Amino acid sequence: MLYREAGQFKTSYEADQAVFPIRQDRWVIAVVLIVALAAVPLVIEDYWTNAVMLPFLVYALAALGLNILVGYCGQISLGTGGFMAVGAFAAFKLTTMFPGMNLIAVLLLSGLVTAGVGVVFGLPSLRIKGFYLAVATLAAQFFLVWLFNKVEWFYNYNATGQITMPPREIFGFLVTGPAAKPAVKYLFALSFVIVFAVVAKNLVRGRIGRMWMSIRDMDIAAELIGVRPLHSKLSAFAVSSFYIGVAGGLLFTVWLGAAEVTEAFGIDKSFLVLFMVIIGGLGSVLGSFLGAGFLVLMPILLKNFMVGGLGISPVVAKHVEITTMGVLIILFLIVEPHGLARLWQITKEKLRLWPFPY
Amino acid sequence: MKLKIFTTLLVAAALALPLAASAGAYELNVPSLTYRTGPYAPNGIPFANGYADYWNLLNERDGGIEGIKINLFECETAYNTQQGVECYENTKGQNGGSLIYQPLSTGITYQLIPKVTEDNIPLFSMGYGRTSAANGKVFPWIFNFPATYWDGATAIMQYVADREGGMDKLKGKKVALVYHNSAYGKEPIRTLEVMAAKYGFELQLLPVDHPGQEQKATWLQVRKDRPDWVLLWGWGVMNQVAIKEAASVRYPMDHFVGIWWSASENDVLPAGDEANGYLAATVHAAGAGFPLHQDIFKFLYDKGKGAGERERVGEVLYNRGVLAAMWTAEAMRNAMKIHKTKEITPAMLRDGFETLKVDEKRLAELGLKGFTYGIEITCANHSGPGKAAIQQWDAKAKQWNIISKFYDRMDEITGPLIEEDSAGFAKESNITPRSCG
Repeated sequence: MLYREAGQFKTSYEADQAVFPIRQDRWVIAVVLIVALAAVPLVIEDYWTNAVMLPFLVYALAALGLNILVGYCGQISLGTGGFMAVGAFAAFKLTTMFPGMNLIAVLLLSGLVTAGVGVVFGLPSLRIKGFYLAVATLAAQFFLVWLFNKVEWFYNYNATGQITMPPREIFGFLVTGPAAKPAVKYLFALSFVIVFAVVAKNLVRGRIGRMWMSIRDMDIAAELIGVRPLHSKLSAFAVSSFYIGVAGGLLFTVWLGAAEVTEAFGIDKSFLVLFMVIIGGLGSVLGSFLGAGFLVLMPILLKNFMVGGLGISPVVAKHVEITTMGVLIILFLIVEPHGLARLWQITKEKLRLWPFPY
Repeated sequence: MKLKIFTTLLVAAALALPLAASAGAYELNVPSLTYRTGPYAPNGIPFANGYADYWNLLNERDGGIEGIKINLFECETAYNTQQGVECYENTKGQNGGSLIYQPLSTGITYQLIPKVTEDNIPLFSMGYGRTSAANGKVFPWIFNFPATYWDGATAIMQYVADREGGMDKLKGKKVALVYHNSAYGKEPIRTLEVMAAKYGFELQLLPVDHPGQEQKATWLQVRKDRPDWVLLWGWGVMNQVAIKEAASVRYPMDHFVGIWWSASENDVLPAGDEANGYLAATVHAAGAGFPLHQDIFKFLYDKGKGAGERERVGEVLYNRGVLAAMWTAEAMRNAMKIHKTKEITPAMLRDGFETLKVDEKRLAELGLKGFTYGIEITCANHSGPGKAAIQQWDAKAKQWNIISKFYDRMDEITGPLIEEDSAGFAKESNITPRSCG
């Protein structure tokens, strides 16, 4: 009923190949975008920006990047934390070397730097697969974190190895630093995420995306029909690292404003983003958002509900939160191994018939 | 997408609840950023208990500060900077505004320094955090008395020199620094490098990565090179592992000196008798023998209102929590006095900190005679006198004994370094240092 497509005729190729062929989907997206772009900035304050929305947006972007590699191209990576560190440190170096450079350019360039690093660490994927590749990317994680901790040039020779983001403006609005308005920071990160999500959505349904998916589904068959493994695997690594690098750059510049490589970009970050992708849904753009939302917002929600709502002591709440998160993850994976995105798809199919069972 | 909206609504509902509950008489809002979970919990728990007990004691015994009740609320950070930021943003406006932040984490402190400066809330990082915040001209909202890591490094080296027979005897000696490979552990390096160049000793750097459970390679290095002295800049599980490993390579404990964060019972007890003689810097005494502790027993633990276990009152980190709360409470009292109001704001509390004077006489009044030394904070100097003594672990009696005098910091070494580092920060963040008339 709600999702019935009957009567939605496609009369042109464009309509047939639209990103969202169903009218209801387009409405939902439009409403979400209008709310996110127009309504949220009016009411958002420090807590919502720094503790809820920015973490969600940054991790959604990182999960999107990793989903391209793991979900679409089938190459497992545990180097996400390291690649986010590359993005953050590239942004730091660029913005301190060229203080006049536009922050958007800084972030895009840090993305490019990360893409380059990603390609280098993606090279072993031509020879090794599966768990072995996971171990190889794990090496990237440890190497990169070690590198940024060891070589003083990366943190401008300061005494502690901590990098701090100087205040930067875009179109006269302060975007980074503590004095930046919450709405500005939020909108800045949001516009990045929207643009990157649209690009990703289009990439994966075009030639390149099909190339990746054919490699994921069966690389030998893909090779036989003329897909170049070198080209497709490395392009997946490059695009994925580009996204993750920009996410790392946003994490450092807009969200936290200061970072220490071992603490902010450790192995736990790699796992966190990988879990987001798995729980959200492998090979789904929507899934990246759902997964990030689940793993970032759920703990905060649980905490606020238990400490603020029920008045439980923060320590007990923390322990309950850790357990609940674990239980929820297992529960979701049992109910739907293909992730939250698949759950949504099933719901959609049910809604098409609703309220009639047949 | 629907799920997201739903989640957002739920978050909104959960957030609206605490906001609706706030109302009532003025109270002194003191948030306590604790870490009772995670890899650093063994150190976070006693500190949080001591901190909570002191505030609760003021409420129970005196009815608050000058009659104003203290509203203490905890927020769990798990020693994680992102959760620390979440806690800060969540609590800073709670119940009409928090007065003071003390994260007990160098990482979170670095994260909060720009934020509290913008929000005008004082941050008291007692003996940790950014050392150059000692320069009150550049960091008006940050206080790190009674001593910084750099003061600690100079105090330890003076003790080493005393044992060796004078500063000139340091020449040719080999000193190794085993440190937590993070902002915290790297803090003393520059000071030690300057001292090494000046006094001619050789400095060997041995980093240990978070969380510090794996130190075999580090201590093999120590066994091979046999440095004359080993300094330890560790935290959490790293400390006990270091002491155990030192014992296993038979490194003499009385040549092994920790900073005051590597100086608690948790760190030495796992190594048992082998930890006997381990040395560590400190800024206060250990033990529950002070009149204040008797009050804590009488007003809190006897009534079942204590934050922790009775037996653990008086541990080093417990006492440090008490100390942090005591100085903050005195700063509040001072702020009430200079602004002639009992409803102080964070800005007034900052003034209270900046003119804070807690001398030996006042300590005695507080029931803490001989617990620590007197301090006086000024507009330019936010790090206080910077004195530290050396304490030694007695494994038989299971207690720490202070075995040296309180060493003054070496201003000629730390002064220029603080000037240089804070000037760098001021330039980076476009801050014009204020003048202290």
